[in-house]
Amino acid sequence: MAAQLRGLNVHDVTIQLHRAGRGPTVLFLHGAGGVPLWLPFFETLAEHHELLVPEHPGFGRSDDPAWIRSIPDLAMFYLDLIEEADLRDIHLIGNSLGGWLAAEILIRDRSRFRDVVLLAPAGIRAKGIPPGDNFIWGPEEAIRNLYHDQTFADRILAAQPDEMQMDVFLRNRFSAAKFGWQPRWLNPDLEKWLHRIKLPALVVWGREDKLLPADYAALWGERLPDARIVMLEACGHLPHVEHANAVARHISGFWQGVRS
Amino acid sequence: MKLVSFHLMPYRPLDLAEAARHRSAWVLLPNRLYDPVKGAEEYARHIDALVYAEHLGFDAIGVNEHHQTAYGLMPAPNLIASALIQRTSNVQIAILGRALPLVSNPIYIAEELAMLDNLSKGRIIAGFVRGIGSEYHSSGVNPYFSHERFHEAHDLITRAWTEPGPFAFDGDHFHLQYVNCWPRPYQQPHPPVWIPSQGSSETVAWASHPSRRYPFLVTFSSADLVARYHTSYREQARQYGYEAAAGQLGWACPIYVADTDSRARTEAAHAIETLFNDFLRQTFEMLMPPGYTSMNSMKNFIRMRSSLGGARPTADSLIESGTALIGSPKTVLGGIEKMRDRTGFGILVALLQFGVLSDALTRRNMDMFAAEVMPKLRD
Repeated sequence: MAAQLRGLNVHDVTIQLHRAGRGPTVLFLHGAGGVPLWLPFFETLAEHHELLVPEHPGFGRSDDPAWIRSIPDLAMFYLDLIEEADLRDIHLIGNSLGGWLAAEILIRDRSRFRDVVLLAPAGIRAKGIPPGDNFIWGPEEAIRNLYHDQTFADRILAAQPDEMQMDVFLRNRFSAAKFGWQPRWLNPDLEKWLHRIKLPALVVWGREDKLLPADYAALWGERLPDARIVMLEACGHLPHVEHANAVARHISGFWQGVRS
Repeated sequence: MKLVSFHLMPYRPLDLAEAARHRSAWVLLPNRLYDPVKGAEEYARHIDALVYAEHLGFDAIGVNEHHQTAYGLMPAPNLIASALIQRTSNVQIAILGRALPLVSNPIYIAEELAMLDNLSKGRIIAGFVRGIGSEYHSSGVNPYFSHERFHEAHDLITRAWTEPGPFAFDGDHFHLQYVNCWPRPYQQPHPPVWIPSQGSSETVAWASHPSRRYPFLVTFSSADLVARYHTSYREQARQYGYEAAAGQLGWACPIYVADTDSRARTEAAHAIETLFNDFLRQTFEMLMPPGYTSMNSMKNFIRMRSSLGGARPTADSLIESGTALIGSPKTVLGGIEKMRDRTGFGILVALLQFGVLSDALTRRNMDMFAAEVMPKLRD
């Protein structure tokens, strides 16, 4: 099933939106790497849902307005987008930077959301446990450190990106720095408001995550009012890539549990 | 020509073999490799060398700011400048420069430089820089906002020096209810501002603007690149409707003089190679954090780098490209005069100690430069 890609304009900011499938709405918020590929995980989600995967302002081929300067700005932008598109009863999913963004959205206004899945979310940090530094890692190291199973990294490293893909890669990296450089991958004010996310939450983490240590999962579990934690063995920072089927099964079970 | 004797104050006792086992001589080089007893001696010898430069007749002596590195031991160059003020009497002291975006409140830079200007009775030259890429790793400051912070800090500092205080400052990064610089600078309206840079068209356009006309110092570049940046500054000034003065164009260059070309090369080769290959060694990710340059500059840099194939510079290649002037007085003078013919530049920032170059060779280099080269550069 191919995803449709179209421009969506909110506040004179045009973003690119991938859309696939029919059914209840699932909004997937991507991480710092953007959406370089339509993932098998997306295919699975789109079987029974309408899946929306926007490219955040500053990422991919979306606009990069100067006034969006922080993840809280990005969260407010998405609240506007959701209101204008009149999305309701949304299943929200966010990975890494997108997980952070999901939490920033939900502490502000959770009224249009049904539940949330956080896949190795950034945004808070257990004191004394620093994240890995993907800004200082070399290009190969940065890819290898995302995965536990190195065959995923091997495939990416074997690909020869064309000039447009390189441009998007650089753009994503610039925006990742804008949002995540300092403080590194967190908003110090986020943690104290997580109790406002009064929604069922599923937090999924790879035990071997080299970017955001799996120790952070427990802190999310403590701060979110209704969270269950799934820890995946032999898994790095991108559980939905490395263990796509298992993650899709966990999510599906979580959604069914929420409904019943 | 205005002559500046400039120093980086490298930590020469560095175990180069051990350092090479680490990712870089910056940010991640473990500080256990710094021995305070040896380091204290380094400070003393390096300061002696700068003080000696006044005796030799240099117009200015220069220091600069770098953090978390063996490349330079001056995270706080104003402290060194303060020491130099007490040991010199007439020479200008150029701080080349302070890294404006790295501080949380630039008013402290305005205050400290104003203090130094008073302490020295008007001998301070204020260099303003953004700090190099690695310093965005070591300070944590977001490189994405580096240019914004630089321009805003610059505006705040120059206004603090020139406008009657107290006044309020409303920036995007810095917000102050009271800007009221005590003491005011000794020089009026303020100490000369110089802009050391590795050259970007944005910086050239900004520095040469008629409201600023800041001297632009090109650092550590091949002779062709230096000439290109000087020329683009001149062209930009013409577009603004004026002719750039010689004193607006500077060149910062490692220089080593000995009796003959071959002797100079023999004595300086290892040291100049340690400067570029050991002390300056940084990864691309350190040098070019995202947002530190524009996207286009970054792409150009990537292209240039891949065409160079990442070859380590050698003494020969550095001499060949004119990145370093190493040779007999005639050779060194020839290199300087050739650049003067090409660009009409008027500030030479001479790095007369570099890498592991010893105190004895540094002293001889300085003596010979002063005796054989300097007189011929006096207009």
